[in-house]
Amino acid sequence: MNNELIVTSSPHVRSQDSVKKIMWSVVLALLPAVFAAVYFFKARAISVVLTAVVGAVLTEYIFQKVRNKKIAIDDGSAVVTGLLLALTLPPSIPLWTAFFGSVVAIGLGKQVFGGIGQNPFNPALVGRAFLTAAYPVLMTTWTVDGVSTATPLSKMKMDGIATDTWNLFVGQIGGSLGETSALALLLGFAYLLYKGYVNWRIPLAMVGTVFVGTFAFGADPIFHLFGGGLMLGALFMATDMVSSPTTKNGRWIFGLGAGLLVVVIRLWGGYPEGVMYSILLMNTAVPLIDRYTRPRSLGEVK
Amino acid sequence: MKALTFKQGIHPEYNKELTKDKPLKNAKRPEEVIIPIKQHIGAPLKALVKKGDQVDLGQKIADGDSFVCAPIHASVSGTVKDIRKVTDPGGNTVDAVVIEAADEDTLNSGLDKHESLDELEAGEIRNIIREAGIVGMGGAMFPTHVKVSVPDDKNVDYVILNGAECEPYLTVDHRVMVERPKSIIFGLKALMKASGAPKGIIGIEENKPEAIESMQDAAKNDDNIEVQALETKYPQGGEKMLIEALISREVPAGGLPLDVGVVVNNTSTAAAVADAIRDGKPLYERSISITGRGINSPQNLIYRIGTSIAELVEQAGGLKDSAAKVITGGPMMGAAQKHLNIPTVKGTSGILVLVKDEVEDFEPSPCINCARCVDACPMFLMPTQLVNYAKHDMVEELEEWQVLSCIECGSCSFVCPAKIPLVHHLRLGKAQVMAKKREEN
Ligand code: SF4
Ligand code: SF4
Repeated sequence: MNNELIVTSSPHVRSQDSVKKIMWSVVLALLPAVFAAVYFFKARAISVVLTAVVGAVLTEYIFQKVRNKKIAIDDGSAVVTGLLLALTLPPSIPLWTAFFGSVVAIGLGKQVFGGIGQNPFNPALVGRAFLTAAYPVLMTTWTVDGVSTATPLSKMKMDGIATDTWNLFVGQIGGSLGETSALALLLGFAYLLYKGYVNWRIPLAMVGTVFVGTFAFGADPIFHLFGGGLMLGALFMATDMVSSPTTKNGRWIFGLGAGLLVVVIRLWGGYPEGVMYSILLMNTAVPLIDRYTRPRSLGEVK
Repeated sequence: MKALTFKQGIHPEYNKELTKDKPLKNAKRPEEVIIPIKQHIGAPLKALVKKGDQVDLGQKIADGDSFVCAPIHASVSGTVKDIRKVTDPGGNTVDAVVIEAADEDTLNSGLDKHESLDELEAGEIRNIIREAGIVGMGGAMFPTHVKVSVPDDKNVDYVILNGAECEPYLTVDHRVMVERPKSIIFGLKALMKASGAPKGIIGIEENKPEAIESMQDAAKNDDNIEVQALETKYPQGGEKMLIEALISREVPAGGLPLDVGVVVNNTSTAAAVADAIRDGKPLYERSISITGRGINSPQNLIYRIGTSIAELVEQAGGLKDSAAKVITGGPMMGAAQKHLNIPTVKGTSGILVLVKDEVEDFEPSPCINCARCVDACPMFLMPTQLVNYAKHDMVEELEEWQVLSCIECGSCSFVCPAKIPLVHHLRLGKAQVMAKKREEN
């Protein structure tokens, strides 16, 4: 033995998980939804997804370069944001708008706060909120097979027309790229659960609250579960680690709060949707939630 | 038997197969021992010998007046060559007695031999334990006689023996349980009598079925002693985790197991107690696992305390070229050593040598708030928040969020995907709170 012994503090072994592994697993988990989008919207879906992802990664790169930070675009986190944003966009969106949305998502949603781990909001939702505010018409034009249609939620809200439940679940409905197939989203989520890379309390609480809430107020709960962005939001955006609580009770509260907000916005608000704003609003409450749900430590007398 | 456990915790790779079936054998008698004369948590000791003195095996060479201390004994017969400062495995600079071994050992400890516990009062047992210099051999090195001295206002109903050996790689307690179960039971009974506890429980992780069987067999005639399987999960051997798992009691923050009527000892410690009572043999030797992929011939040895790590490594075939890190103790809580010229102490239960591939360089990235550390912490702390507070010197928040309850088990650092050295920061955080407390007093 001729080399120096390494001295570091304990523990001397670590688990195999890394941020990179987790992020790329999320990318993998989003692929079924991307495939579903491609199936329903063909080449259009591919261009929107690619544009959003390239926009996100490029913005991340530029920020890291300019700030002289380590280039870490290979950690997959910007790819996740790009994908998530793309899945919230209508297929008919102009590509430059999608690109711009990604720039805002990473720039304003993440990098201004200091990059990975620092963002109080889900970056993809920041991007989408920006686009909704800046280009309301582009963001609510839905096309299926060249024919302009409305989303199930807006059809219901505006005209009182319901959509067939099976179609809602499997897909083939009007809506954004990732809203069409709950099945594809659940498939991806199941994979993350199996890997232990996602928490289930938030989506369960959120979806459960929407189900019970809409049912209690006489709306069709199944319809509210699958028609619109709830599944995408609850499974992949509300669960964003950085912007959700770290305590178990906190996660229940976060999901419950987000679910309640969705019910209120959808049933009494001016928007047919509401998932995006619900999650963003709950994001602001995370530090507070964590503070008040700190578990009693072993042996602590509170 | 249903395996019991505590809540949360982690599942590291155990790597016990390297040494678990290797019987204990005596290490070569060293030609020289360097015996640090502070090998316990508590007050320092004074040397009872000086340069040039002849000493016998088992002779007391250092002792103190304080209640919380444990004397030190010569681990070979020979001549005191020197008394000088050395660095112990914990990184502390301490006085040490250097003894050059004579050709032969003569045991001369001044301790009587007792065939049975019936002839001994509780106080006499405690005295033997003290005089034999017995301390917690799991690594903490807290004087055992202090643990079993129950104040008048407290009542103890259980002595729990820790046979979990939850640290990966180590197989010392495992071997002692397989090879010396009767001694462990004898020691347990002595500890029960010394503390006035009517019942004893031995908790053993499920991944050691041979040890469970061996202990069950040895305890089969004792109705008041129970052998209980524990789930294999780290840190199952933590005092508070054991108590939680075995008898569902919660040690109050800042308190001791005594506060909930329990005394916890290591199985190897119990065996040492038996040796002291039956054979008049003080704690001058113990067992160790020398293991890991960086050592040529991993094995379990019984060594004289004060033998240098270099010598033990040599006897286990030496380091491989790929060796990159040498740890005393296990991989979760052990200490990495700069070199091998370090004496062993009563708490040295393992020498673990990791190879280059296993010692990744863990470059930390920012916390992604994934809460894996929160979900792993057996004490139900929030490591990510505590580390944040520690980095910003937020002492009040550190205290309020219970940083002092951290047992430094390393579970949080282990699971962190961002490879943040959480425990390191937690130690600093604890030190900040302690400093504040000292100031206030
Ligand atoms: S915070 Fe302390 S007790 Fe909790 S897992 Fe980390 S080291 Fe262990
Ligand atoms: S495990 Fe690491 S990355 Fe995850 S919350 Fe804890 S400190 Fe942050």
